[in-house]
Amino acid sequence: MTAEQKKALKLHAVAVREGILTGTHGAKAGHPGGSLSSADLFTYLYFKEMNIDPANPKGEDRDRFVLSKGHTAPGLYAALAERGFFPKEDLPTLRHVGSYLQGHPNMNTVPGVDMSTGSLGQGISAAVGMAKGAKYLNKDFRVYTLLGDGELAEGQVWEATMFAAHYHLDNLCIIVDLNGLQIDGPTSVVMNTAPVDEKFEAFGCDVVEIEGNDFDELEHGFKKFHKNIGKGKPTVILMHTTKGKGVSYMENQVGWHGKAPNDAEYAQGMAELAEARKQIEEA
Amino acid sequence: MADVKKVATRQSYGEALKELGAVHDNLVVLDADLANATKTDIFKKAYPDRHFDCGIAEANMMDVAAGMSTLGLVPFVSTFAMFAAGRAFEMVRNTIGYPHLNVKIGATHGGISVGEDGASHQCCEDFALMRSIPGMTIMSPSDDVEARAMVKAAYEMEGPVYLRFCRLATPVIHEEGFDFKVGKGEVLAQGTDVAIIANGILVPEALDAAKALAEEGISARVINMGTIKPLDEEIVLKAAKECGKIVTVEEHSIIGGLGEAVCSCVAEHCPVPVKRIGVNDEFGHSGPAVELLKQFGLCADNIAKQTKALLGK
Repeated sequence: MTAEQKKALKLHAVAVREGILTGTHGAKAGHPGGSLSSADLFTYLYFKEMNIDPANPKGEDRDRFVLSKGHTAPGLYAALAERGFFPKEDLPTLRHVGSYLQGHPNMNTVPGVDMSTGSLGQGISAAVGMAKGAKYLNKDFRVYTLLGDGELAEGQVWEATMFAAHYHLDNLCIIVDLNGLQIDGPTSVVMNTAPVDEKFEAFGCDVVEIEGNDFDELEHGFKKFHKNIGKGKPTVILMHTTKGKGVSYMENQVGWHGKAPNDAEYAQGMAELAEARKQIEEA
Repeated sequence: MADVKKVATRQSYGEALKELGAVHDNLVVLDADLANATKTDIFKKAYPDRHFDCGIAEANMMDVAAGMSTLGLVPFVSTFAMFAAGRAFEMVRNTIGYPHLNVKIGATHGGISVGEDGASHQCCEDFALMRSIPGMTIMSPSDDVEARAMVKAAYEMEGPVYLRFCRLATPVIHEEGFDFKVGKGEVLAQGTDVAIIANGILVPEALDAAKALAEEGISARVINMGTIKPLDEEIVLKAAKECGKIVTVEEHSIIGGLGEAVCSCVAEHCPVPVKRIGVNDEFGHSGPAVELLKQFGLCADNIAKQTKALLGK
């Protein structure tokens, strides 16, 4: 990745974070914390990694993305809007009556959403189905799915992982956002899912651990995935992140899992992001 | 009845899948370690490359099917009714029903007639659960011929379908070539005193009950309601108007199934007395299927008895 490419990604990520604040502020609800921790990942997927076309969101051979942690829809929507799937101006209608931007992703209303999700543990299974289907159809597209660390407590995650390894779904990339916090508190306290790496390895996956708020690290993780294609194992990218990343008062605060910023908080967050943009542009 | 041909509808299901599979490459089958029992092994032998065993993990299996369906594949997902409608309810509701995906759920071992396995496997709640999901089509065949026609119809229509098959071999009452239409009931016997609306393997019992009633001078109309949802309201209301009284018969709890669907329909549009015959809000237990059906009153004798009681005779 060139310095220029990285700079462009960083600028898109700022815009995605702005979109997250704008969406949740407009909705007066929603989940900013986990959207912000995954904002760099969403940016990387939609601006570098995935073969997608905003002009043809249902293209047969496109790569698929399933947001298994569906409550972080504000992050996905912001990335899709930034990539041009739909107007950014619609983001503030999130969760409003009559808006196509439903509280959790709806594949039938939101351009670019490949699967309706929201009930945890289910998106990964649907992604696994897409990957298995692609193998049966001899299609080369790749399937990506993003899970939260709290989500790993759902037993179905492990049913899906077992299936993925059993059927050698090396076209599948399972990404886990290890931000360490869930609604009721730290994941280590609510229901300790550690050691996550050993669990996925024991289930037959190839695991790579990265810092998820760093584009060089994200590139490293996905390069590993590319190398694994054809080798018969699903790839798991364990992504260490900061919940609420990029908005100072939200960072590492469990209370910002599912709460919208008020007007003052929104203004402060947007000012911080404007400053971040300025610094990136001037660097 | 010794010379009557009997076939278990699960067998019909497996054979119909194989037949359809020969014509349609996009038909795939998923099972959860029960292929020998659900009879999807018939398909598996013919098309091993498109029969995917998901292991004993029904929740994952439903959503895997959902994912596959987005690629233009038409998955038939099979396990026992208890696990398809019960265990995996929320997967069916959220990841198949909500996005209205083209997934066909082939649930076998419905009802009390599972027999010896007992209550844990005797699903008498699946119609109720599946009826509550918007956009779900629900079918329950009366015999082998209808079962095969339903599998074909399910493949040909767009959207989620729940098909309920049974373990027990039961009489074949339809001629080959029977023209099944989704959402349409079928009058099997004309009558004017009372209408018996039945589905599944109790339809032959309803026909026998009508014969016995005829001998006592009671003219009973028998309607086979192969599709529970969407309900053929036209045929129900016609029966209500012309017969004045209705008996419903199903191998399901009297809560939430065909009986309640019929009651809701007539209560709103043409109130008439209705007697629901089904499993009376209780769990089943182990025993030979035919014996259990008799014990739970899911047989011609009890249908005739309850019908007479409704008519005050």
